[in-house]
Amino acid sequence: MAGHSMTSTAAPVGPQQHIFGFTKAQFVALCVMFVALIVAPFFLYPVFLMKLLCFALFACAFNLLIGYVGLTSFGHAAYFGMGGYIAAHSAKVWGLTPEISILIGALLAGVQGAIFGWVAIRRQGIYFAMITLALAQMIYFFCLQAPFTGGEDGIQAVPRGNLFGVISLANDMTMYWFVAAVFVICFLLIHRIVHSPFGQVLKAIRENEPRTTSLGYRTDDYKLVAFILSATVAGVAGGTKSLVFGIATLTDVHWSMSGEVLLMTLVGGLGTVFGPMIGAAVIVAMQNYLAEMGAWVTVIQGFIFIACVLAFRRGIVGEIANLLRVRL
Amino acid sequence: MTTTRRNVMAGAAAGGAALGGLPWRSARAQAANTIRIGVLNDMSGPYRDISGPYGLECTRQAVQEFGNRGFNVEIINADHQNRPDVGVNIARQWYDQGVDMIIDVPTSSVGLAVANIAREKNKVCVNTGSATSDLTGPACTPNTVHWMYDTYMLAKSTGGAMVRAGGDSWFFITADYAFGHALERDTANFVRNAGGRVVGQVRYPFPATSDFSSFLVQAQASRAKVIGMANAGADTINTVKQAAEFGITRRGVKLAALLMFLPDVHALGLQTAQGLILTESFYWDLNDRTRAISERLRPRLRDVRPNMASIANYSGALHYLKAIADMGVAASKASGAEVVARMKAIPCDDDAFGAGSIRADGRKLCPSYLFEVKAPSESRGPYDYYKLLQTTPANEAFRPMNEGNCPLVRA
Repeated sequence: MAGHSMTSTAAPVGPQQHIFGFTKAQFVALCVMFVALIVAPFFLYPVFLMKLLCFALFACAFNLLIGYVGLTSFGHAAYFGMGGYIAAHSAKVWGLTPEISILIGALLAGVQGAIFGWVAIRRQGIYFAMITLALAQMIYFFCLQAPFTGGEDGIQAVPRGNLFGVISLANDMTMYWFVAAVFVICFLLIHRIVHSPFGQVLKAIRENEPRTTSLGYRTDDYKLVAFILSATVAGVAGGTKSLVFGIATLTDVHWSMSGEVLLMTLVGGLGTVFGPMIGAAVIVAMQNYLAEMGAWVTVIQGFIFIACVLAFRRGIVGEIANLLRVRL
Repeated sequence: MTTTRRNVMAGAAAGGAALGGLPWRSARAQAANTIRIGVLNDMSGPYRDISGPYGLECTRQAVQEFGNRGFNVEIINADHQNRPDVGVNIARQWYDQGVDMIIDVPTSSVGLAVANIAREKNKVCVNTGSATSDLTGPACTPNTVHWMYDTYMLAKSTGGAMVRAGGDSWFFITADYAFGHALERDTANFVRNAGGRVVGQVRYPFPATSDFSSFLVQAQASRAKVIGMANAGADTINTVKQAAEFGITRRGVKLAALLMFLPDVHALGLQTAQGLILTESFYWDLNDRTRAISERLRPRLRDVRPNMASIANYSGALHYLKAIADMGVAASKASGAEVVARMKAIPCDDDAFGAGSIRADGRKLCPSYLFEVKAPSESRGPYDYYKLLQTTPANEAFRPMNEGNCPLVRA
């Protein structure tokens, strides 16, 4: 896919140019990202930025699977939404602190990922996508009927609580720093995974699975672990989002959410480190800032998707990386 | 990479400023004497025709008729796309940036969430679009008024009043999820309390059902006089269309829709919708006052007639502005709960719903009407659709306050 052509055109990078596993260009981009994270809340509305970061994290988790292992999951909303429901339930009903709530949500999303992944990785391509979609739809119907989710009303009035039981997150700025920290930790974790020997094997599977098998790797095990990691990080994103907004609803487990995260990743750039973030920023900003234009939101979204597919197939970041002949 | 990030951030910021920020930033100078109303609703999805642009126009009409009484009124609007996260994001941003009141807010999950934010920020929310009776029940707050229909009121009118009108045996076709169950349970209770019988029910998988023929055949075989449709939106429309194809209503069986509005009837056409039973609190051709307000709205709505959800924005915004005029802009900006308390204290009166009042739990009271959709031969033209069957007076139309578990009432 797009990731394949990108790696083949990217300039060869020697090990001496790496800084903490980042190429020089990536390191510059990382610095820009940090500056933007610190400066942005003083210019843009913090709740909007938190939403953006939650979706960016979700897209990064998704990219781990589609961009680096080449597995197109069409059911990632299940982990995102379930992480959200469980975190919201933990915070509201059990009164747990936000970090524990998010961890429980992530853990359950991970367990779910282990079960679903175990079933799904036995097939490839369209069959894999359909199995993940079918399993995610089961989760959707479960959430529609289960008493603890509140049906179509969702779980409402979820308290943000006190971080570690001490720091109140009720203030939007305090919450923003917490969300930014969660995002950065998970972002670096994904980067570490991708650039570890384990990540190298994942990329090998993406490029040529039979050859990887012939080299002695049990590819199914690698794919399953990648699937679980991706589901867990998606659960973190969902849990954080439900605490930011104080609600967990059916929107987050609906299949259209699985489509949206795919769109974010494609717009940003498949298999790039920073692509999913940019893609999430574009889509979330459109939903938010075009809200006054009524019915045109979905139309504009559609046009952008068409423009993306026709004009820059590698995604925004992928195209720029190709233009500058660096890896981003 | 550096350039992209900057471009994207700058682009997002510029887009935001151009689309959302500018209108208010220019107005900030006179902010102290300006009341801002945010119309938050569905402009592109399934609830668009019920309120959407028409609800926005009705709010504008209220502001125009209210006139300038020593303060300015500004209206802004946004499409929450029926997504709770988008709705919550916009509502928070609006309240933080000086919007005093948010009106409309269809979709229960969004409505409940925005009510919570209004309480947190001590602003006002007038909900005219959600159906959940929780808004004046366990989830009631001192900052929210639930202006229009809820599931209890629809069930009571359609269930109870229908029995009095002669439809005393019922069969339910129910969407198999919490909303459908609640609607069926409530309606069935009212049917039994009024002396009617429920002869059977069938539950279909939601949201994956589009073929209702076997359920309709079962309903017909039960020989019930009324088939109750405990569902909403596209499901109700599909059920009505398929019932028309089976000729069920032509054989004298009544089809009762529990959540349906004038625009839905308009979309179906009288040929298909004739004989349908439904409940609304407003019909443009009800009396001289409703005809007068509908006529005044004609330049704004053009060929469309208002229904209870869209015109509730007119009624709610007008009453809110009266409360503001009563207590002063500075005091009303200081506390949203005080504004709502004042709204409850002063009597409501407008052309759409006539005289009325707001209860301590935030419920606006008005009569509900049971209508039957006319046959094509009885109708004089577009929007001449309803025949009045029964009226439930305002004090009986809604759930009694002591049954709602609203914390404001128990305290």
